[in-house]
Amino acid sequence: MAKLALRDIRKTYHAEEIIKGVSLDIEDGEFVVFVGPSGCGKSTLLRMIAGLEEISAGDLLIDGARMNDVEPAKRGLAMVFQSYALYPHMNVYQNMEFGLKLAGMPEAERRRKITEVATTLQLDAYLKHKPGQLSGGQRQRVAIGRAIVRNPKVFLFDEPLSNLDAALRGQMRVELATLHRRLGATTIYVTHDQIEAMTMADKIVVLQKGVVEQVGSPLELYHHPRNLFVARFIGSPPMNFLSVRIVGSGPDGLTVETSQGARIDVPVLAESAVAGSDLTLGVRPEHIVIDAQGTVPGTIRLVERLGALTLLHVALEDGSVLIVQTDGDHGGQVDAPVRLTLLSENCHLFDAKGMALTKLMRHRLAG
Amino acid sequence: METTLSPPKGKKGRTGAALFLSPAVLILLVWSLIPLALTLWYSFQNYNLVDPTLSGFAGLDNYRYLLTDPDFVWALLNTVLLVLGVLVISVGGGVLLAVLYDQDFLGRGIARILVISPFFVMPTVSALVWKNLMLHPIYGVYSAMMRAVGLTPIDWLQHYPMQTVMMIVAWEWLPFAVLILLTAVQSLDHEQKEAARMDGAGPVARFRYIILPHLSRAITVVIMIETIYLLTIFAEIWVTTSGGPGVASTNLAFLIYARALLQFDVGGASAGGVIAIVIANVIAAFLVRAVARNLEA
Repeated sequence: MAKLALRDIRKTYHAEEIIKGVSLDIEDGEFVVFVGPSGCGKSTLLRMIAGLEEISAGDLLIDGARMNDVEPAKRGLAMVFQSYALYPHMNVYQNMEFGLKLAGMPEAERRRKITEVATTLQLDAYLKHKPGQLSGGQRQRVAIGRAIVRNPKVFLFDEPLSNLDAALRGQMRVELATLHRRLGATTIYVTHDQIEAMTMADKIVVLQKGVVEQVGSPLELYHHPRNLFVARFIGSPPMNFLSVRIVGSGPDGLTVETSQGARIDVPVLAESAVAGSDLTLGVRPEHIVIDAQGTVPGTIRLVERLGALTLLHVALEDGSVLIVQTDGDHGGQVDAPVRLTLLSENCHLFDAKGMALTKLMRHRLAG
Repeated sequence: METTLSPPKGKKGRTGAALFLSPAVLILLVWSLIPLALTLWYSFQNYNLVDPTLSGFAGLDNYRYLLTDPDFVWALLNTVLLVLGVLVISVGGGVLLAVLYDQDFLGRGIARILVISPFFVMPTVSALVWKNLMLHPIYGVYSAMMRAVGLTPIDWLQHYPMQTVMMIVAWEWLPFAVLILLTAVQSLDHEQKEAARMDGAGPVARFRYIILPHLSRAITVVIMIETIYLLTIFAEIWVTTSGGPGVASTNLAFLIYARALLQFDVGGASAGGVIAIVIANVIAAFLVRAVARNLEA
């Protein structure tokens, strides 16, 4: 069990900074997910923690001890790779045994540990199989087993589910979450899949271009994104954005006006907002309702029926398109005119720099 | 016409396939079976190019003379020595160089070209270069180097003929091994090496448990291809030592040449050829089986 601390961690490749000063605290037993678009540095950051990449500047502390120059194997970590990285010429048993053998663990103890882990992962029938004879899900389990037998303080996962098909991914997600609850080990998990991030994480770290954009619980990121990037990145279908202008402010928030003249009162702290200045209004698809009295008129351009719910792509008069989520029985047809109401208490406002204005009310689940 | 797109089925398809294969099979027959048949035929004949009085069926005489000839035993030993020696040097050195050249270092591209280049020099030329430019007791570079440190130059080809030929052939074949093994090393998933590092494997353990098993397939391929060529090494011997002194550097291929074109004993040479064919096939059968097993795994 371990606490991790990253202090202004930086990575420079050929004079180009890839990781631009990341500071982060990871509590004991926490499941932390690094998420971000490809090239954001999330994998690099994980590999720096693992010791596979050198840390150019800053400190990595595990349980208070500086680990920058400690060999990967001596950091007390275990990693599950995207390609699983099983040793193809060794069978499942030998794959799990390799690290223990190198660590000099006696034969009997190795056998006991591997058998125990193999049983919990339902791999006991496959111990004599080579990785090539296993299915993707089984290989994934072997890779996890190889990590577990070493009894690490911290588990590192580098996009472990991205090579699996959708159904198996869902199943492995549940298994991983269950496993984490049982082992209670500190876990760092890298993914670009926001569903994995939202469902498994205690804490999500959103990265972009080597910078931490926001750290928080899944619902905190969902309901209180700190800036436009996080707002855009978290949530599927993504948040809609409209440019608006401030027309008034008061203790209950700001009143903004869309380019078509629809007025919305958004409950945010007015702070330095000046009447007449331009802002970006963000609203999630589920926070727009079809309403005959709605203030925003538009035309349905596309209907996506997902069964349980329907997504309407509504074009406004200025050409911008809003995605609206309604129930699965909604009878909207393409080219039909609709009127929309934006649920103002769920709207977000972002200033010219893309930073969110603080909301007056915290979401009750956002912590 | 759409039937032409479907895979051949039944008897009709097979006749078509046989028809298309026939030119290749025919060439193979003409080029390999006819010489083989002729060699077999001559090996049972009394046939000497400078003695027309000798003729007629010889029975097993050619084989008897050859197998009881101490030169033949030498030639056989030298062949084995040459094959094994060059294999050990080229595969051993090849694995080490491949791992070395897989590392990132300044000028790696040029270094790789340099290490591969001996393979593109034809055997006669490289043998001549080694004989006259490098190892010559008077003009050779090595002799100059030895003199420079006060040592007496060695006439390598005179005193260590077989070892020197082996070294020259190994110099030619090492690049081939490096080429094949380097691509194999590069094809190793880097996450596997990293996983081994996370498991606590140092450089030696990574080489022993990850890289070497990964290379086993490529090593078998190198051994197989090299063995087939090394059994028939001729040009290097002919250019450097002509099999001498005595028969000290005569291998089977050179012995057959000497029998046929220096002693003009076509019958005896053909018997040697037949024995060489048998040996090559036995070795090839073993190798192919070994490779097949390795490729399956």
